[in-house]
Amino acid sequence: MRRVLASNLRGSAWQRITRHKALLVLLPSLALTGIFVYGFIGSSFFFSLTNWRTLAVDLSLREPLWQTYAEMLAMPRFQADLRNTVVFSVLFIALAISMGLVLAILLDRQFAGRSFFRSAFLFPYALSFIVTGVLWRWIFNPETGINLFFDLLGINKALAALGIGPLAPGWTTDPNVVLSVNQAIAAVWPRGASFQIEWGIPVALIPVAIAATWQLSGFVMAMYLGGLGGIAQSVRDAARIDGASEFRMYRSVIVPMLTPITISTAIILLHVSLKIFDLVFAMSGVGPGFATDMPSIFVFEMMFKAARYNLGAAASIVMLLASCIVVIPYLVHTFRSRE
Amino acid sequence: MALDLRGMRNVTLILAGVLLLAACQDSGSSSEINQVEVFSWWTSGSEAAALESVFESFRSQYPDVNVINASIAGGGGSAARPVLQTRLVGGNPPDTWQTHPGAEVMGQYVTPGFALSLHDLYIEEGWYQVFPSSLLSMVTEKGQPFLVILNLHRSNTLWYNLPLLADHNIEIGESLSYEELFDIAESLSAAGVTPFCMGDAGIWATGIMFENALAGVIGPERYLGLWDGTVSFTDADVRTAIETYGRLLNYLNTDHAALSWDQAVDKLIGGGCVFYSMGDWVYGELAQAGKRDNVDFGWVAAPGTEDTYLLVSDGFTLAQGGPNAEAARNMLRVMGQRKVQEDFNLLKGSICARTDCDQSRFGPYLQWAMESYSTDMLIPTVVHGSAAPADFQQALNDALTDFVVRRNVDAFANTLKREARASGFGK
Repeated sequence: MRRVLASNLRGSAWQRITRHKALLVLLPSLALTGIFVYGFIGSSFFFSLTNWRTLAVDLSLREPLWQTYAEMLAMPRFQADLRNTVVFSVLFIALAISMGLVLAILLDRQFAGRSFFRSAFLFPYALSFIVTGVLWRWIFNPETGINLFFDLLGINKALAALGIGPLAPGWTTDPNVVLSVNQAIAAVWPRGASFQIEWGIPVALIPVAIAATWQLSGFVMAMYLGGLGGIAQSVRDAARIDGASEFRMYRSVIVPMLTPITISTAIILLHVSLKIFDLVFAMSGVGPGFATDMPSIFVFEMMFKAARYNLGAAASIVMLLASCIVVIPYLVHTFRSRE
Repeated sequence: MALDLRGMRNVTLILAGVLLLAACQDSGSSSEINQVEVFSWWTSGSEAAALESVFESFRSQYPDVNVINASIAGGGGSAARPVLQTRLVGGNPPDTWQTHPGAEVMGQYVTPGFALSLHDLYIEEGWYQVFPSSLLSMVTEKGQPFLVILNLHRSNTLWYNLPLLADHNIEIGESLSYEELFDIAESLSAAGVTPFCMGDAGIWATGIMFENALAGVIGPERYLGLWDGTVSFTDADVRTAIETYGRLLNYLNTDHAALSWDQAVDKLIGGGCVFYSMGDWVYGELAQAGKRDNVDFGWVAAPGTEDTYLLVSDGFTLAQGGPNAEAARNMLRVMGQRKVQEDFNLLKGSICARTDCDQSRFGPYLQWAMESYSTDMLIPTVVHGSAAPADFQQALNDALTDFVVRRNVDAFANTLKREARASGFGK
């Protein structure tokens, strides 16, 4: 009896020590995360409510408290930033996923040089966004870039013969916004008529989305190749026995089976597009009429050029919230499925 | 066991000794080694050479002081200023740093107490006699000057490709009005020539064209009134200036948004466009390309600014709490010397802040600019931070980015009025 008691005691004491040890080991990283992540998120939020808009620190609270946010949301530039984030994310994710999927399906078949192409397509992923930005800036330069090919290939001569002007898109210098939905919004919500920006697709964003796709479709391909490797040969055989063509097999069997990979890939890409800074900054900057401006560039310029710390902090809090809207449902979903 | 303890004690002693030694060395380095740290954003070829010429003169006069060149690349200090901000707020200032006169030095560095008064130095060196009072007023508060100005650029110059105009039988006189300029632009357009050059991949470049139109249309006195709140951005003449600027935008090269300001100079040289309303840093590019004054290119005051000198200039401060105060004062002393300013500005392609420099050492354009500097009214640039605080400077850049595409005069004027009020100088 006494021995059992003693061993129980020893057990619980041991457990207590282990628990303490675990806590002790975790403590430094908990403290660091607490200070450097959540502490600084908190301080950024606090700064966004203050009057701090010069180099001299001014931590008095602004009256009314949310004035900086109201001002920011009324700025045409910030409205354009929000539009650009949405448009860029949709364009970039759709392009990168379809491109990556096509590449993965092509490379899924056995042929000579397969591993060479796999490396070649993955290679851009290893480059820095700054390098990609500078590279594509030159490609899309309206004077010296891709437009020269239209001349070289004789396309412009053919167009001139037909009495049409030459094909010379402005690419990242084009200030137009196409497919604007301002009219449609105004029809259901009359106050929408006073929008200062065009809600549509800024043409200058398309080249940027192409550059980002070029960089990341190799990564998407690698994700899909992993997924395709996990699909048993028997599934394909069964589809073929049922008389499915190759196209039908991919469309109705393989691609649906890859859905979990598509979802995780889209989430990862969304992370890239919500935070994107370096690629856009190097390739087109804020663009004509803010056609390629992003919230991250807004934060950088307001903080470090204008010294408007409250406004920069407010914009970074909005960026954090945008990420949360995406990440929290995903995390909840992941935890539920694990349980 | 006893032996172990003795071993431990020895290790402790050695460690303590090492620490003590390190401490001694540390305190020795700051008091014995004589040095001065100069913080700037002059890194490009001509800029770096010009700065080095100042350091050469300093070394010959103070041979035992080591100069630390802490320059960070990036036009207008775009990359350097964030670093400087962090160092100042963190209590680790460089001994002296580059900044612009006017709102930038007074608002960002003097008001928060980062810079020291240079009154004694000005008295010792007799600078109150050689710097014009209109320039000193931009760096002075309560009778105390805070900056030694090294160079001046004239921002309101209209450059043109002389042979190209001659081909079209157009001759430019001593001055040019906007009406004459628009007539010429129309005839050039009709002949298939692009009238105006612009490279506004960095939006400040189109800001210079706007600023020149603004000063030219409303005149220098009312221009100054914008920055003390007596003139509003929604006044009728300011709106006319905005409309004039908008008309100029109609005649630009189509690829302006893809070019940097200096690529637009290349375009002017190559005959791709004719006029460029831009500061005289253009002159450095033209000279570097081997172009000759009044042969390959000509210039005239930007329309309406014949008696005005729109000033873009750089100077250096003395840090509050800088580690090498005496050496820093001597560095500033050297920067204000006549010969040093002449050598520096010949390399930089600008003119001396002192009014007694030897004009004959400079080329025809710079002589013209010196003449203008000594007789015309000096007014501050907003694009390069002298006229208004940094938050307004950014707001103007953003409003211009919008205006270049939408051309909405009302929105532009109202935004500037609102931002001027938010920034604390507008009414």
